[in-house]
Amino acid sequence: MRLLYFARLREDLGCAEETIELPPGVDTVAGLRAHLMARGSAWRQALAQGRALQVAVNQDMAQPGTPVKPGDEVAFFPPVTGG
Amino acid sequence: MTVRVQTEDFDAGAEIARLRRGDPKVGAVAAFIGVARDVNDGAAVATLSLEYYPGMTEKALEGIVAQARSRWRLIDVLVVHRVGELKPTDQIVLVAVTSEHRGDAFAACEFLMDYLKTRAPFWKKEATTGGERWVEARDSDDEAASRWSGKQSDAT
Repeated sequence: MRLLYFARLREDLGCAEETIELPPGVDTVAGLRAHLMARGSAWRQALAQGRALQVAVNQDMAQPGTPVKPGDEVAFFPPVTGG
Repeated sequence: MTVRVQTEDFDAGAEIARLRRGDPKVGAVAAFIGVARDVNDGAAVATLSLEYYPGMTEKALEGIVAQARSRWRLIDVLVVHRVGELKPTDQIVLVAVTSEHRGDAFAACEFLMDYLKTRAPFWKKEATTGGERWVEARDSDDEAASRWSGKQSDAT
């Protein structure tokens, strides 16, 4: 699975992109987020619940319950500010 | 329909002429240009850096244009959004819409900007006298976008 991080999140995590093996039992956006938050304090802080965070699965906006599977592209980013 | 994300500046007059292509059915052209300002939230802005999500950004813009086309009678739509380093007075975004009558063009142009600002993956970072900072999303932009939801099922 390919993970992408943008804007403030990319800076906070010091990571723009990575490839991970999806652990067994993780099959939703919420599950993936919890899995990543368990990596340590920087991850816990950046991805904390309550913090404005948007997630896209395969380049479509996703919700916590959106399914994820091996091979997906999942992106995490702050609320958008274009225009 | 054309959607472009680019670092280069754009010539709005040339873009609109190309969009019209001398089509005699076009009775109205509405266009919006977003421009970088030198002040934001009380701080002087020296430069602006725009980041995007290659692939998804274009897809999101195309989806927003498709929604506009399903709501109003439009002849053509153009969205050009710049990324990279910008400075105050630089053009950031161009939305242009052609239709038979002005009502469709005006409404669709405003809708496209409201949705672009809240749904298309772009992020602005400002260099101010106090250092660099990411621009925060504004509630007023969400409110502007929610005006279009009504009872439509596409309200998300």
